[in-house]
Amino acid sequence: MKKEISRRGFIKASGALVVYFSATSLIGPFAIAQGPFDTHPSHVDPEKLDSWLAVASDGAVTAYTGKCDFGQGMYTVQTQLVAEELCVSFNSVKLIQCDTSITPDEGTTSGSQSTPTNFNTRNLAQAAATAREALVGMATRRLGVPANQLAIENGVVIAKSGRRVSYGELVGGKRFDIKVDSSAKRRSPSDWKVLGKSIPSTDRVALMTGTFEFVHNVQVPGMVHGRVVRPPEIGATVANVDEKSVQHIPGLIKVVVRKNFVGVVAEKQWQAAQAAKNLKVDWRPSPGLPAQKDFYDYMRQQPSRDLMLVNSKNVDDKLKSATQVLKATYSHPYQAHGSIGSSCAVADVQADHAIVWSPTQSVYPTQHGVSTLTGLPLDSVRVIFVRGSGCYGLNAADTVSYDAALLSQAVHKPVRVQLTRHDEFISENYGSACVIEQQAGINASGVIDVWDCETWAASLGGRPGYDRPGNVITGMLAGFDSETITPRTAIEPSGELRNGNNAVPSYVTGCINGKCGGAGSIRSERVLTHAVKSPFFTGPLRSPLRLQNTFAHECFMDEISAHVKADPVSYRLRHLRESRMIDVVKGAAKTASWETRPSPKSDTPRTGAVIGRGIACVAYEGDNGYAALVAEVEVDQASGKVQAQRFVVAHDCGPISNPEGLRNQIEGGILQGMSRALLEEITWDDRKVTSIDWHSYHTLPLGIQVPPIDIALLDRPAVKATGAGETAITLVAAAIGNAIFDATGARVREVPFTPDRVKAALLARG
Amino acid sequence: MAPVLLKVNGHVHAVDADPETPLLYVLNDELQLRGPKFGCGVAQCGACTVIIGGRAVRSCVMPVSAVKEEEITTLEGLGTPENPHAIQQAFVDEGAAQCGFCLSGVILTAKTLLDENPRASDEQIRESMSNVLCRCFTHTRMMRAIKRYQGRRA
Repeated sequence: MKKEISRRGFIKASGALVVYFSATSLIGPFAIAQGPFDTHPSHVDPEKLDSWLAVASDGAVTAYTGKCDFGQGMYTVQTQLVAEELCVSFNSVKLIQCDTSITPDEGTTSGSQSTPTNFNTRNLAQAAATAREALVGMATRRLGVPANQLAIENGVVIAKSGRRVSYGELVGGKRFDIKVDSSAKRRSPSDWKVLGKSIPSTDRVALMTGTFEFVHNVQVPGMVHGRVVRPPEIGATVANVDEKSVQHIPGLIKVVVRKNFVGVVAEKQWQAAQAAKNLKVDWRPSPGLPAQKDFYDYMRQQPSRDLMLVNSKNVDDKLKSATQVLKATYSHPYQAHGSIGSSCAVADVQADHAIVWSPTQSVYPTQHGVSTLTGLPLDSVRVIFVRGSGCYGLNAADTVSYDAALLSQAVHKPVRVQLTRHDEFISENYGSACVIEQQAGINASGVIDVWDCETWAASLGGRPGYDRPGNVITGMLAGFDSETITPRTAIEPSGELRNGNNAVPSYVTGCINGKCGGAGSIRSERVLTHAVKSPFFTGPLRSPLRLQNTFAHECFMDEISAHVKADPVSYRLRHLRESRMIDVVKGAAKTASWETRPSPKSDTPRTGAVIGRGIACVAYEGDNGYAALVAEVEVDQASGKVQAQRFVVAHDCGPISNPEGLRNQIEGGILQGMSRALLEEITWDDRKVTSIDWHSYHTLPLGIQVPPIDIALLDRPAVKATGAGETAITLVAAAIGNAIFDATGARVREVPFTPDRVKAALLARG
Repeated sequence: MAPVLLKVNGHVHAVDADPETPLLYVLNDELQLRGPKFGCGVAQCGACTVIIGGRAVRSCVMPVSAVKEEEITTLEGLGTPENPHAIQQAFVDEGAAQCGFCLSGVILTAKTLLDENPRASDEQIRESMSNVLCRCFTHTRMMRAIKRYQGRRA
């Protein structure tokens, strides 16, 4: 008999609320009969305080969050947050993350939204503040002392008289039974004792000693192994599957075919791998792929879904009357998430319920997807997050969860699916290829008067969300539609400026009907975006579109400042009005001991190795974090090889929760950005993807000369917290591109800056 | 099929496996070891690294039958959470991880180099790490941790 237990029962049964468990130990408490705290099990009610927090009789705190840790440090900082707001020690808080049966639905952990979502005036932070105020209220009644004469130390409320009562005594083991109070007072950063400190990430020792449980390590009783057989070309369909071709493989349990989804299940992983390798599948070929060498032109010719983000309606006139007009086109390739660990998931799909152990960023949407794919009612599907390899966005975590569910359902056993790197490289949701055309008009005094930007981004599929399993390969193969482009001409912008993709450059005013949300001062402005159908799946990759757009804006700004022979920092400052942007630009320049002069450097030799510096800045997603980055590079003009020598970044994400954790994110973001700027590019021939492993998709290994990274953190305790994981990476391609120009006078407008492209740009200098 | 005998982290295990099975699968699936990990499966990234006979070996492509009598050390065989090995402690001290999936490749490759050549130059360290990948790009801290371990060892 399956043991069914609600979260309340789970907590009662466990006696204390501090529950630490490995992922597999959760099989028992399977909440389908009754929802936790009388709520619908798939909708842990975020309005109720008890959905977020529980205090045990010994004072230990269990907190529940819908934002999970992939290695970016969310587990540790959210633990700090709860400890801070509750006034308890860091070690007394245990966090339970992302499980559709027991944590609130906070959607997807993505888009640098975890900190804004959980650290400002909602959700986890507000719940902890509500709990603290409630506990003080209880203490007031218990001690007969007014709240203003009570202090809290480590979960004990203390009156001036010395009388005291602990949280455990006040509420231990009981529910609060109140709603999250949106007016509960947050602790001021000036009083912080736990937040703002560089508490080492909680996973550190387990990671270094190889004891940390990744989803790859999940083993459940009776588990067997699955592998998938992906079509060699996107769009190829199954003509025939010759099951006999693998009948000789020992341990084979089943060949599973569902429309164009093909997989195998075997007793052991090696047997499954052999079966997947040997299975003869006849594929009907796809229609073929547009040629890669002309792809950016091809994109611009496709029907598109258009969005006018800002339009002052005088751009054409202003361009005509400008003293000079500059134009440039930038392009950015598809890039892979390329997680170091190929994705893995375990699913146990039975006749009446399913459990999926998944590295997904989105347990609730994945629950919906698995429900759709298996036909099981939503409430009978539980998705439990278990950390996978770093994902940097929509890697194959969701699709492998679907793979596991489909294969498990076919064999009525728990199935672990391990994708291969090849599976993932040929069919993951790549970061979009983009083309960005810029033109700007300069007036007689060398100031930019008008900025006109038009972008094309290739798109197919994306996050499955709650209702689109076909947005990733497995769902599409199993017969579900992928979100694609419905062409539409742009309507004029209305409401407020939406710059979530940073398609609007920082230097324009961003005015819509008199309301100006941009960071800059250029009043004649037009930004038109086109989404076009991609031949490959696409999806969010760390700083999605923001990086591509910022590369184009910040390189173009540099080209204009070079044209008017202005210093790139001073020229940026001249066109910025947002004070936080001005501060990061000045901060980076100061920390880098920026030499005020125009680019390129004068008297640079045309041969040999030369050095240069470049700057770029961004208001991430318009208002979700601010940074400026200076790159110093050496360019070998004979080989075209670019070597970064130093990075300097000034970074403002509001109040800083964990400075060391932040530095780790910034350093990783900058080096990942360097790898993407210099090497990374999906390649294909007329039929299929050809960047299929780490020899054909290039990444910077550990053994590079790692450039020093100087970080200036601008702490702003008085403002709202912003995201911080994607801000720095957004700037790297632009800063390096500008540094190459400064060193050589050659402009590379296409990422990645491979030696061949750099050499071509050097030749084009004339 | 005769059971394969493996010496792993000081213990002998008899494992029932096809001799062609990659060592990694046996370590993960049969022995429940978490240190070595399936990264790329084709010996290009390092996540599956173990130490065999003083060498850093990529266990995802090594047939289990090729191990013979040799002692295998995995990341969890170096030290324990309570008593980490000095190189693990150096990585803890430097906070040299983000997702941490690559650590077997990083730590064990560096350890075998420095065991063999405690005075390895920075150039030699870089050379030995030239086929080891970290996709979170925690390079700065990892290289610092390796240098810290080298300093402590000297």
